[in-house]
Amino acid sequence: MSDLLSLESSTLADIAGAADEAQLEAVRVAALGKKGSISALLATLGKMSPDERKTAGAAINALKDKVGEALNARRTILKDAALEVRLASETVDVTLPVRDAPSETGRIHPISQVMDELTAIFADMGFSIAEGPDIESDDYNFTKLNFPAGHPAREMHDTFFFQPDAQPGSLGERKLLRTHTSPVQVRTMLSSKPPIRVICPGRTYRCDSDQTHTPMFHQVEGLVIDQGAHLGHLKWVLEEFCKAFFEVPNVKMRFRPSFFPFTEPSMEVDIQCRRSGGEIRFGEGEDWLEILGCGMVHPNVLRNCGVDPDVYQGFAWGMGIDRIAMLKYGMPDLRPFFEGDVRWLSHYGFKPLDMPSLAGGLSA
Amino acid sequence: MKFTLSWLKDHLETEAALDEIVETLTRIGLEVEYVVDPAQKLKDFTVAYVIEAKQHPNADRLRVCMVDIGSGTPVQVVCGAPNARTGMKSVFSAPGTYIPGKDMTLGKGVIRGVESNGMLCSAAELQLSDDHDGIIDLPGDAPVGARYVDYAALSDPMIEINLTPNRPDATGVHGIARDLAAAGLGTLKDHAIKPAEGSFACPVDVKLDFATEDKHLAPLFALRLVRGVRNGPSPDWMQKRLKSIGLRPINALVDITNYVTFDRGRPLHVFDAKKVSGDLVVRRARDGEQVLALDGKTYTLKPETVVIADNNGVESIAGIMGGEHSGCDEATTDVLIESALWDPMNIARSGRDLGVVTDARYRFERGVDPAFCIPGAELATHLVIELCGGEPSQLVVAGEQPRSETAIDFPLSEVQRLTGLTLETSDMVRTLEKLGFGVLGQATNADRVIVNVPSWRPDVEGKADIAEEIVRIAGVDSVMSTPLPRLDAAVARPILTLLQKRTRLARRALAAQGLVEAVTWSFVSKEQAQGFGGGQPELALANPIAADLSDMRPSLLPGLLKAAQRNADRGLGDVAMFEVGQVFKGAGEKDQRITAAAIRRGTAKPQGAGRHWSGRAGAVDVFDAKSDAMAMLAALGVPLGGLHVVAGGAAFLHPGRSGTMQFGPKNVIGWFGEFHPRTLEMLDVEGPLCGFEIVLDDLPAPRAKPTKVKGKLELSEFMPLERDFAFVVDHSVAAAEILRAVQSAERSMIAAVNVFDVYEGAGIPQGKKSVGVAVTLQPREKTLTDVEIEQIAGRIVAEVTKKTGASLRG
Repeated sequence: MSDLLSLESSTLADIAGAADEAQLEAVRVAALGKKGSISALLATLGKMSPDERKTAGAAINALKDKVGEALNARRTILKDAALEVRLASETVDVTLPVRDAPSETGRIHPISQVMDELTAIFADMGFSIAEGPDIESDDYNFTKLNFPAGHPAREMHDTFFFQPDAQPGSLGERKLLRTHTSPVQVRTMLSSKPPIRVICPGRTYRCDSDQTHTPMFHQVEGLVIDQGAHLGHLKWVLEEFCKAFFEVPNVKMRFRPSFFPFTEPSMEVDIQCRRSGGEIRFGEGEDWLEILGCGMVHPNVLRNCGVDPDVYQGFAWGMGIDRIAMLKYGMPDLRPFFEGDVRWLSHYGFKPLDMPSLAGGLSA
Repeated sequence: MKFTLSWLKDHLETEAALDEIVETLTRIGLEVEYVVDPAQKLKDFTVAYVIEAKQHPNADRLRVCMVDIGSGTPVQVVCGAPNARTGMKSVFSAPGTYIPGKDMTLGKGVIRGVESNGMLCSAAELQLSDDHDGIIDLPGDAPVGARYVDYAALSDPMIEINLTPNRPDATGVHGIARDLAAAGLGTLKDHAIKPAEGSFACPVDVKLDFATEDKHLAPLFALRLVRGVRNGPSPDWMQKRLKSIGLRPINALVDITNYVTFDRGRPLHVFDAKKVSGDLVVRRARDGEQVLALDGKTYTLKPETVVIADNNGVESIAGIMGGEHSGCDEATTDVLIESALWDPMNIARSGRDLGVVTDARYRFERGVDPAFCIPGAELATHLVIELCGGEPSQLVVAGEQPRSETAIDFPLSEVQRLTGLTLETSDMVRTLEKLGFGVLGQATNADRVIVNVPSWRPDVEGKADIAEEIVRIAGVDSVMSTPLPRLDAAVARPILTLLQKRTRLARRALAAQGLVEAVTWSFVSKEQAQGFGGGQPELALANPIAADLSDMRPSLLPGLLKAAQRNADRGLGDVAMFEVGQVFKGAGEKDQRITAAAIRRGTAKPQGAGRHWSGRAGAVDVFDAKSDAMAMLAALGVPLGGLHVVAGGAAFLHPGRSGTMQFGPKNVIGWFGEFHPRTLEMLDVEGPLCGFEIVLDDLPAPRAKPTKVKGKLELSEFMPLERDFAFVVDHSVAAAEILRAVQSAERSMIAAVNVFDVYEGAGIPQGKKSVGVAVTLQPREKTLTDVEIEQIAGRIVAEVTKKTGASLRG
């Protein structure tokens, strides 16, 4: 039995001394392998008498189990240690900066963002979006809108013209760049029947350039034509629009009689605000800020567009998209809108996933 | 239009305060631009008495004055004015007073050793005139200690209204007063103008020399001589009013014409009768005829302009400006007063052609009251006689007042129909009558009336105009805001068209690629337009604002490329930008297309720009542009099955590093690639630069589906497997051809094909390349046997060999 004891102690010492799984395996093979020391002892059992076998067998099998357990225990320890070493070796500096996601660096221009905001608001009120060409005829830009030829109101528009049409057989018509989005109203009335509810956002042009004017700018107009649309409805639509757009619970608006050739009565609308420093807050304060023009569509315009002014009536309004963007988001100047300076665009632009919706709020 | 409060009160009997008047003007459509009260800046200046003025001990030109300022304690002031003397009264300002003429605030001081506790002021220091030769010398009865503005009655606030072009009646103070009276702010004063009794016939006759079709150019012309006048400065009250609205007093005769212009919206002209030779002829100018006008400039005229001429030639440009030759000066003794009517359109056009803006043109082009032409002449005559004396002739009148009586059949319900506002009939009628409209027929029909439009309101043509008059006086604020009923009483419906949706989605998709949206001018230079396929004559502006903004853009790329360079010039070389907007292929409305374009510069790769520990971004290239384009097309839901990419793009792109995207040979949707070096040179920009441009209008619509249900998901039970092939092909064979050939070899089984390697060099013959293609096979019914897999592989190789001349790499 002392042999068994010394084998046990030497084998367990070998197991404990195994530095890695390979050494441990060598120990296992030396003890439990085909030619291992314990396997050899087991092989001797066959030559023993039943009594001897009983005693010795139990002792050898006990040794075998003990060694097996010790091997397993040691293997687990060595595996864990090896894994720890591996993991330690795989450690990286997680404080290293990663690259910005493209959706983090991309930007939507404020004009596009505001157009999407306008769309969200007016789509909810049942308005469609009507569009028309930038290159217009004098007829659609002026005459059909009740601007008499030679009238001073026409001159106030600083129109960009093209050369008269020199094609043989043409009437020598001189096309122009639309000075407002109102010709889209004409096109809409000519091509569809009331009830009409559209907004017409788009690019407009006037040959005027200084600190506050650019030769190209953006306007949005609205048009409602049906049998009962009156000034009270116009006021409501504009009040609801301003509340929704500027995201304030209340706005106070002032309607001042004014003049536009294409509306009668005509009004300019001021919105109540407070100015402090460069910031403007709406829904409070003592100042008035002019924000848009509007009125009931002039009977001459309705007639010019094939709508009977004694049956149908309606209203229209127009405002600068760039201007309301500046008012809402606080850009101090208009000119940088069109300069493509990525510093400006990154600062005032919007992230691609900032999609305006009424459900989630127009702005983040 | 400018006027003062006291001037207004000449025409309006009112107790209303300035604030109420200003607020009402804006409310009824005469928007007040600003109010200036000259008294405000002079409120601290007081009347003072100089008790003693003696020589300054240390300065020859200075005096030391003891001044009584009404406080009981005399104040010592050092004064440099030559006219400072004992016993005079002048204007005093205490330390701390802002001196407008010097733009400084007065302090206490010691001047050459003598203390000075204030200042005696010149008129220039108060900005009352240019006189700075001495201090203001007031009469002996000026009350010491009183505010100077009160004593001198300087407190007459000036109001400027921003007049809309439809209101010629409000170009005169009288018309403004009429509006205010209608708005309930007082009573309009009626200044009846009696004709002046002429004691002799006017020696100068007037001939309106026009062809029949031109008679409208000068329908009426009244002329009168006043002889024996003394023309000097106009009286103080008139000068003060003219100055407060920014006009320079000239002499009494000229000042009278300016005064009546603003008082009544009735421009007039005065000729020095002694300088007029023969009768006056009103006619079209002769081509090239010249006149030296009162502004000192010589104008060369065209026949479109109407003139008043005599034997000397042109004496005056009708309705715009008089001539220097026959102008009135201090020596004038006989004056011819002209009050005429001109055609508004003609005056507008002449004024524009000549580039002259005058108070007369401003009124005539809006349309002056035809009925006030002759009363205007009479009013001017009375003023001339009152201020300059003289004896009037009888009035010569050529032509006649055009009939302009507009009567409008007006249902009073129109007000409610258009505005939603319910008003008492009597209120509506009263408003119209106070504005000078005649209201007839109400007795016979409670709702319909006939409204006669007064001669001074040429803008009122129809029912809507009448409704506006009533509503603007009632106050637009009294219109109640009324919810606009929904067209469908339900959840709002989608409203965007496919193109509108795609335009919006394109922006989001490109921004999500890390690109920044720019909005650039719709115009580019002629050279840039030509370089990008445009520059047609019909797209060139006749009046561009600058030479480099002369032509409508045929492409978004030149604007983006220039913007990228501007950023690079500021030190930001790695920029990635896009624009979605209109381009112009012609002047027709169908020639305007919506395109999306993007550019990348420097190392602005989709994964990030510049150096980074994880790897340095290389220069942007054709594949970055292609990847942006493909990402956008995918986001737009364009069915990409039929999309072909063909080598080579537009002429402005690098011929070997660009591609054309098309759905069939006739439907090219756009290009991508690196730019041609000549393009960069033309634009004066530096690369590396790549970009794409796609016409959104030309993209095929997604296939229409009857329901929203997605197609059935079919999952195979069998493992997919991948086989790699290396094809050696001619260098010129496009990868797309190989991929197409693979696909067509075994349509049912091939789930994906990808190029995993492209190699040229050692081991590959010259002029050839090896293209590594990974093919994923997806068995549907059973696991494939090795034999079956080999059969499929054989078919793939055979097909690719047949289509591209490929051989398998050994």
